[in-house]
Amino acid sequence: MAKMTVITERCKGCGLCVTACPKKIVSLQKEKRNKKGYFYAECTDMDACIGCAMCAMMCPDCAIVIEK
Amino acid sequence: MERNLMKGNEALAEAAIRAGCKCFFGYPITPQTELAAYMAKRMNKAGGVFLQAESEIAAINMVLGAASTGVRAMTSSSSPGLSLKSEGISYIAGSDLPAVIINVQRGGPGLGGIQPSQADYWQATKALGHGDFHLMVFAPASVQEMVDMVVKAFDKADQYRCPAMILADGLLGQMMEPVSFPEINPDSHDKSSWAATGHKGEREHHIINSLYLQPDQLEKSVADRFERYAQIKENETDAELYLTDDCDILLCAFGATARVVKSAVNEARAQGIKAGLFRPKTLWPFPEKELNEAAKNAKKLLSVEMSMGQMIDDIKLAINCSKPVEFYGRTGGVIPTPAEVLAEIKKVGGAE
Amino acid sequence: MAVVFERPKALLDVPFHYCPGCTHGIVHRLVAEVLDEMGIEGETVGVCPVGCSVMAYDYFGCDMIEAPHGRAPAVATGVKRTNPDKFVFTYQGDGDLAAIGTAETVHSATRGENIVVIFINNTIYGMTGGQMAPTTLPGQVTQTTPFGRDPQLAGYPVRVCEMLSTLTGTAYAERVAVDSVPHIREAKKAIRKAFETQKNKKGFSIVEVLSTCPTNWGLTPVEALKRLQDEMIPYYPLGVYKDTTAEEGNK
Repeated sequence: MAKMTVITERCKGCGLCVTACPKKIVSLQKEKRNKKGYFYAECTDMDACIGCAMCAMMCPDCAIVIEK
Repeated sequence: MERNLMKGNEALAEAAIRAGCKCFFGYPITPQTELAAYMAKRMNKAGGVFLQAESEIAAINMVLGAASTGVRAMTSSSSPGLSLKSEGISYIAGSDLPAVIINVQRGGPGLGGIQPSQADYWQATKALGHGDFHLMVFAPASVQEMVDMVVKAFDKADQYRCPAMILADGLLGQMMEPVSFPEINPDSHDKSSWAATGHKGEREHHIINSLYLQPDQLEKSVADRFERYAQIKENETDAELYLTDDCDILLCAFGATARVVKSAVNEARAQGIKAGLFRPKTLWPFPEKELNEAAKNAKKLLSVEMSMGQMIDDIKLAINCSKPVEFYGRTGGVIPTPAEVLAEIKKVGGAE
Repeated sequence: MAVVFERPKALLDVPFHYCPGCTHGIVHRLVAEVLDEMGIEGETVGVCPVGCSVMAYDYFGCDMIEAPHGRAPAVATGVKRTNPDKFVFTYQGDGDLAAIGTAETVHSATRGENIVVIFINNTIYGMTGGQMAPTTLPGQVTQTTPFGRDPQLAGYPVRVCEMLSTLTGTAYAERVAVDSVPHIREAKKAIRKAFETQKNKKGFSIVEVLSTCPTNWGLTPVEALKRLQDEMIPYYPLGVYKDTTAEEGNK
């Protein structure tokens, strides 16, 4: 049981978290943008999240919080 | 008070230590090297830091770092070295840091020579680095004044949070005279509201910085500084007026040149010529009120400088070109003699 | 559930101005995590460079000083010499540290200044729009090497860790990268080690971090990481170049 939270207004949509996720459950929004206009990252299958925090470690903007 | 016979450069160093200077960062250059050598001997014993930097650029930036933590910091150099320090001095001014910089001037431009000069007047008072800023410039004319002005420079730099310079020359640096040292209270300025010494979790972090990317913010920071400059102009000008009340010809000179000129003024008086001397002790701010007072009865002014004529600009501005201002100068390390100056007094009309 | 990963306290809660995918943010976070873990934020003074990270003073929670271009090690020297009990670090890019600031870098190292230098090598001047840096690779296209860096014209890249490891005053020099999670973990260990070296008064430490500049490289952030792996690491091998603390341990 783990939870990934993206602080969407801090996300710049760079996609580094997408490549870092070992479970391949992080992707960038294709329709919704944040206020700055970025397609932000989100977890597509929270049940599969193992809370490894690799996405957060790769995030250059400290936009991801992990709970476990 | 105890009096010691000291060389100008060494007196500058001793005065700084007594004024609570906690660190000296230098780089060897003639004719100020004795200052660094004295610091190397004395500073550690006095509980401070002496460090020979890899360049004048590094030295002034070490001063920037030390001053950022609120300690009294100093560097010294001679003319070519000041050109290198100018970047750091601009940053120090832009970061509102107090620091003392000593220039024991030599001839220029370029590598120039190693004999005394006053050709860095423009650099010191007008453009010591890029941007809208000033630094206080003190011009001693004796070894005792070197001591007194170093003490004052540290105090005023702290008071106004801006750099201050002692603009000396090779003649004063190498000269030996008796000096006494005043009582000093170096801890009279509280810097805890801005110094970067680690917040210990007890306050917001302090930022020492000269970068303002928004034009209105940069304008405000410069304008705030200029309000302090206005106070400095109002309160900190200083000059010696010698035999000026009735003078027909007013000689203007600073630093070592003023000593030569004083001899010439005395000789002129002995010969019945009403000569007087105006000697600015602060070059920025320039003592405009004092000059106008000194020049009130004079028919003519004569600026004597060890340069091709730099202070003469400020003299003309200060009196609004209301009277003729003549010039006599030697440059390249040549020191004018009293006889030459006297001859010039007679030539420009002082004998009338 | 408990929070297992979040912004370190020594990194102030403000958005970075960096471009999307710029790895400055990762390195900032690692430095802040080390300050948190060692509990030294309140005893630390950081010195920023000129370059993209010029405004790092807005991000780090410790006291900060903004230095003239290349002069951060001299500024840090002034801080450390007058405040030897404080932790002092500089954060500098490749133009700042290895071009205009080479003298300050080399001499603070050879003096054994007890400071930490975090050196971001991304082979380009970022802030000014992508000109050749001292670390730009042979053949690399930049604004000022439009046909690729030709060593016959523009000389060869500087390998900073190798150079500084020859100096007696250097206590610790390691090159790391932030292209992957394992490498990021290594990078953090190196930064921690550098601050521990300062704590133990061993002398000058430098951690060179191979980093990216997607914007000026003309690559996506993900492609930029690949370039770092494929082109930079072979030219700038990762690893410990000097560690006097290890030498003592071996005795």
